[in-house]
Amino acid sequence: MTDTVLTTRGLHKRFDAKLAVADLSLSLRQGEVFGFLGPNGAGKTTSLKMLLGLVTPSGGSATVLGAPLGDLHARARMGFLPEHFRFHDWLTGRELLRYHGRLYGMKGPHLEARIETLLARVDLLDAGERAVRGYSKGMLQRVGLAQAILNHPAIVFLDEPTSGLDPLGRRLVRDVIKELREQGTTVFLNSHLLGEVEATCDRVAFVKEGRIVRELVLAASAMGGVEVEIRLTGPGGGPVPALVRDELARRGEDLVWSEPGVARLRVAVDDAVPALARWLVGTGVELHGLTARRPSLEDVFLEVMGDDQRPG
Amino acid sequence: MSSLLAVAENTLREAVRKRVLLAALVFGTAFLALFALGISSVERDMLKHAPMSLMQRRLFLNFVVMAGLYAVNFLTVMTAAFMPVDTLSGEIASGVMQTVAAKPVRRSTIVLGKWLAYWLVVAGYLALLAGGALAIMRGLTGFTPPHIELGLPLMLLEATVILSLSIAGGTRLSTIANGVAVFGLYGLAFLGSWFEQIGTLMNNGSAATLGTITSLLMPSEALWQRAAWFMQPPIMRDLHLTPFSPASLPSEAMVWWALGYVLVTLAFALVGFRKRAL
Repeated sequence: MTDTVLTTRGLHKRFDAKLAVADLSLSLRQGEVFGFLGPNGAGKTTSLKMLLGLVTPSGGSATVLGAPLGDLHARARMGFLPEHFRFHDWLTGRELLRYHGRLYGMKGPHLEARIETLLARVDLLDAGERAVRGYSKGMLQRVGLAQAILNHPAIVFLDEPTSGLDPLGRRLVRDVIKELREQGTTVFLNSHLLGEVEATCDRVAFVKEGRIVRELVLAASAMGGVEVEIRLTGPGGGPVPALVRDELARRGEDLVWSEPGVARLRVAVDDAVPALARWLVGTGVELHGLTARRPSLEDVFLEVMGDDQRPG
Repeated sequence: MSSLLAVAENTLREAVRKRVLLAALVFGTAFLALFALGISSVERDMLKHAPMSLMQRRLFLNFVVMAGLYAVNFLTVMTAAFMPVDTLSGEIASGVMQTVAAKPVRRSTIVLGKWLAYWLVVAGYLALLAGGALAIMRGLTGFTPPHIELGLPLMLLEATVILSLSIAGGTRLSTIANGVAVFGLYGLAFLGSWFEQIGTLMNNGSAATLGTITSLLMPSEALWQRAAWFMQPPIMRDLHLTPFSPASLPSEAMVWWALGYVLVTLAFALVGFRKRAL
């Protein structure tokens, strides 16, 4: 049985006339990396702030780590990296982490050792004594990430952690997320960078106008299978035998011959692709190429959000 | 408790790093140097020319030290209003507050930690300036005004009132609006207190009442008047010899009112910040 670390039901938030979050109902299991996707202004950040106790919901119910929103004991086991990470920039990197560690109730050699480990992990050991004011955007984001995981949290909320980072910075964030998952930490990732989400998340929810419109497990089967394109000719370069064509139609869905030697079809799971190749070679046809491609998250995103969305 | 100290310590560190303390120290020292220079020149003059009776000399020195303390009072009030004016509103606006408030600390701890830190700075500033002025006076002339043990705590209470208002305003108002509001109230109390004095002197009941009402709305100036009353010899305050001799002495009840005012203001700050969306 997997433990549920976060449940919300009908959580909503209204700021005066504006309904920022209309209905947030979701459930996160321990150790999963969950992507919260949506265009700018869809209510992602407000949702996250409600879960962290920074914004009081207008209604609905929720528990995080088994406690109601804002519970101090639960917050001791949570980590948070806000979007546009800003901090008391007159502190040095080390002082910043020490202050936040103390707010988590950490102290002494245990805290100091943790700070050194994290500074090394986010590659800021040599900048630890410099004022944060002089950090580059990537360094700020890295020290912010270290701040978010100081307390070995059970759940970490990351709001757009890679926006504005260079490829190296993005990879570091991705690696840290991977390590967190290996340690059994749940990661709640707000993002609109679909490539990042695709590379890191186990499951995503699409949020549109303050409402979750679709949840998706990021595996081939759930994304609508794998698209396979095959280039082949019959033995000796002749036409493809009818027997092979019939069998291909059985092994996949939506088989289309775009040209006489080019077949496109969809198979349910990744594992079906090598089997398909083996079988084709066994039939004696000449295989010129076989490529498999999953529909990207972007395809799904655009489909889910529909055409009525304007750039945010 | 440890998070309260962490917040207070961080706030003090901010005051040091942003050179607020340095500026206060430099200008405080400059003020004291000027005060010392002024007194020594006045003292020299007194000895050389006009032969004064002991009584005259005491009254004159008391007037000089009250002028010094009046300036100290004004500087302390300014410091108490300005220093914390953006400590909450600024951190809310910049987003710095988000990571702090998401930690396992109560919102009230954040407010009280900041209040404590600034109170220590303001108290230290007052101690430096008032203590320095009194020490200079005593060192150069041997004179100490009466009842400083009653007057100085009232000055500190006045600064505490202003400080608490400035912090409370920051939970709801933008930095600029907060600054304008705190100084607006201070100005109101200043004017109201003068109405009260003039009304009392002229036997104009409605002016005096108007002054009392503004003092209730903002007790800062009344506290100064009471402090000034204590730190002068009876003859000086009875004859209203100087602008520091109040015609109408704010009562002891005003002190209790001011203490309650601080508590209620802090309660407003805690409630205001607890519900604030960050």
